[in-house]
Amino acid sequence: MTGRYQNDIQHHTDKEVGIEMHRLTTRQSRALAVTATAGALILAGCADDQEEGGTDAPDSDQITQEDIDAAMTTETNLTFWTWVPDIQNQVDLFEAEYPAIDVEVVNVGQGAPHYQKLRTALESGTGAPDVVQIEFQHLPSFRLGDHLLDLAPYGVGDIAGDYAEWIWSQVSEGDAVYAVPQDTGPMGNLYREDLLGEAGIDVPTTWEDFGEAARTYREANPDSYLANMPGNDPGQFVGLLWQAGARPFGYDGAETVTIALDTTEVATVIDFWNPLVQDDVIGVDPDFTDQWYQGLANGRYASWQTAAWGPVFLQGTAGDTSGLWRAAPLPQWEGAEAAGNWGGSTDAVVETTANPIAAAQLALWINTEQEPALKFATEQFLFPASQKILEDSAFLEQEAEFYGGQQVNKEFADISASVVPDFGWLPFMDFAYSSFNETLGKAFAERTDLNDGLIAWESELEDYATAQGFTVE
Amino acid sequence: MATAATVPPSADPAARSRRGTGLKRRQAIAAYCFVAPFFLVFLSMLVMPLFYSGFLSFFREQLVGGTVFTGVGNYVRALQDEVFLGGVLRMVRFLVIQVPIMLGLALVFALALDSGRLRLHRFIRLSIFVPYAVPGVIAALMWGYLYGPDFGPFGQGARAIGLPTPQFLSSEWMLGSIMNIVTWSFVGYNMIILYAALRSMPTELYEAARVDGAGEFRVAWSIKIPAIKPALLLTTIFSVIGTFQLFNEPNLLRILAPNVIGVGYTPNLYAYNLAFINQEINYAAAIAFLLGFVIMIVSYVVQLGALRRERRS
Repeated sequence: MTGRYQNDIQHHTDKEVGIEMHRLTTRQSRALAVTATAGALILAGCADDQEEGGTDAPDSDQITQEDIDAAMTTETNLTFWTWVPDIQNQVDLFEAEYPAIDVEVVNVGQGAPHYQKLRTALESGTGAPDVVQIEFQHLPSFRLGDHLLDLAPYGVGDIAGDYAEWIWSQVSEGDAVYAVPQDTGPMGNLYREDLLGEAGIDVPTTWEDFGEAARTYREANPDSYLANMPGNDPGQFVGLLWQAGARPFGYDGAETVTIALDTTEVATVIDFWNPLVQDDVIGVDPDFTDQWYQGLANGRYASWQTAAWGPVFLQGTAGDTSGLWRAAPLPQWEGAEAAGNWGGSTDAVVETTANPIAAAQLALWINTEQEPALKFATEQFLFPASQKILEDSAFLEQEAEFYGGQQVNKEFADISASVVPDFGWLPFMDFAYSSFNETLGKAFAERTDLNDGLIAWESELEDYATAQGFTVE
Repeated sequence: MATAATVPPSADPAARSRRGTGLKRRQAIAAYCFVAPFFLVFLSMLVMPLFYSGFLSFFREQLVGGTVFTGVGNYVRALQDEVFLGGVLRMVRFLVIQVPIMLGLALVFALALDSGRLRLHRFIRLSIFVPYAVPGVIAALMWGYLYGPDFGPFGQGARAIGLPTPQFLSSEWMLGSIMNIVTWSFVGYNMIILYAALRSMPTELYEAARVDGAGEFRVAWSIKIPAIKPALLLTTIFSVIGTFQLFNEPNLLRILAPNVIGVGYTPNLYAYNLAFINQEINYAAAIAFLLGFVIMIVSYVVQLGALRRERRS
């Protein structure tokens, strides 16, 4: 009796519900079909308009001082996407100088999320800012779609002399200038003097010394490492390739890319790190995670081969170890005195801006005027790209208590002078870096043969470049 | 000789249209007005993007060379893509292990609550449900900390009693760790659905069963569980759909273990990364649609299995 009663309930409900659903479905589906067709037709029409969508192209003739003065005294609103902390200070100075210009600073994320939002805005044709922060390695990818305004007609070409050649070559192509350099990241070696001293090691000056020191240190300290080479930070590793004189990437501005990861310079670096990684002499933890910060703070890593902006991170997270750190140049390959670069940003003007003159002036002013540019260096601890600031005594002679009173800026300024020039990038570094994490980075993290990872990385890059229509050299 | 009053309303077309005016018509308009906001948002945020996405999936846009029409080229590529297929298989493994465990737990909790034997009945119900109220992002961040080998409490606890540190975020355990987070989050939600279904059962059945001498377990097994089969089917379908759409947890844990969770760990994550890192929006659209088809097929199979079992019984 129980079973039958149950079945009756089930059967009854199903039938009712079935009928209800059937009726709704027919009506709903008809309405949906009509709207959907209309929608699809509209969208098919809209889709092709994506290529349009900018304002009038700015004059390619030189803009005169009168034009600039006129523009800077007209009421204008600019949007500035950047993640530099406290950049509002520089913007306030700019607004004080040009009261008619109102700048809105927006932080849309740091690194990858920032670029994702920027690309989405550029793809959709609306919502892109006037001025935007772009790191050096991503400039070619934005130049690829002609998204960056050529700043040469706006007076930006005149500042070329204030920058080292390797910096200027990153932002310019012939006479055209696509961005104003803001800060750079020449790489050096930050190390714990006390920990190295305990293990009886001098700070290594050559990579050979570094390898031996790493083994000695690991034997003396089974719980910690001399250094950490993460599997998720291609920027750091590429900086080391840069130092070795490798030029793995290239882009001619049009349709040809160069991918050269099988050169002797790259092999030198890979063959150096391979045994260290596989013998568990070097840490391979992912960086910029909570655990990694703690590792720096509690002595799990005795040194960090990092860029000139590295000290800021250390001071923030490893505050308890203040006074114990020192800065030195990177260990060198035989007979060389060279440095690589990791990161560094520029401010560029988006091509679709409605206010090119004002936007160009904003990018130019905050990065080249003495007061705001010096603030970047002394207050936000960005390492200046401008030679003028690099040589400023207020910057050079800053003594850092964190480094036991060492003039860290001076150390990095000397390093900056030795950065290898003419390092190129691919116009799709987002993908290149993501691909690194899947291939060579994974080999680091899992302590497998780095050469296999390198080959996998190179072939992924080549496949992607070909699929995207590039000619690969 | 007007006989309008005696003509049945349905047979007279004039009367039918007259019926359209007045109260019924106003009611109809009011009804449409109430659902209009929903349909507006539904059409603009779901249906139109769906069609646009489908439209995009038939093209290919290259960084150099613009957009070309490729027909089903993207779909063919997706079906041969190891990363995509690996992601789908991983989700099948996830489904086969996690969903029965989670629904089993939800069922046991719901039955336990329904038996009326528990003290602090409301408190227990609420505390099992609370994890569902925790936003997915926060849950993943929290578990990311708990799983941490150096500073997570499990790691510290293990070292304190001399055991090796559990590697929750290693490649062998990662899927299990994510299963744990998803189970923790959703067991309460499923339990509530099953509990509501149990509550709506007529209690005469239980009395009849107890008269026949059935104990609590027998009642649960033979009466309650078969009775809530529709609810169980509902939660199973939801879980199947949710599993294949897994995104939040891998995306957040990726920051902690970037070399374990690759770009294509789950198909949804793969579509997202394809669109925003690789700039391959068209291929991402094809992947998303293919994933949708996979979900449809699996859901249909599950429903079919359930229907067939019902027809047999």
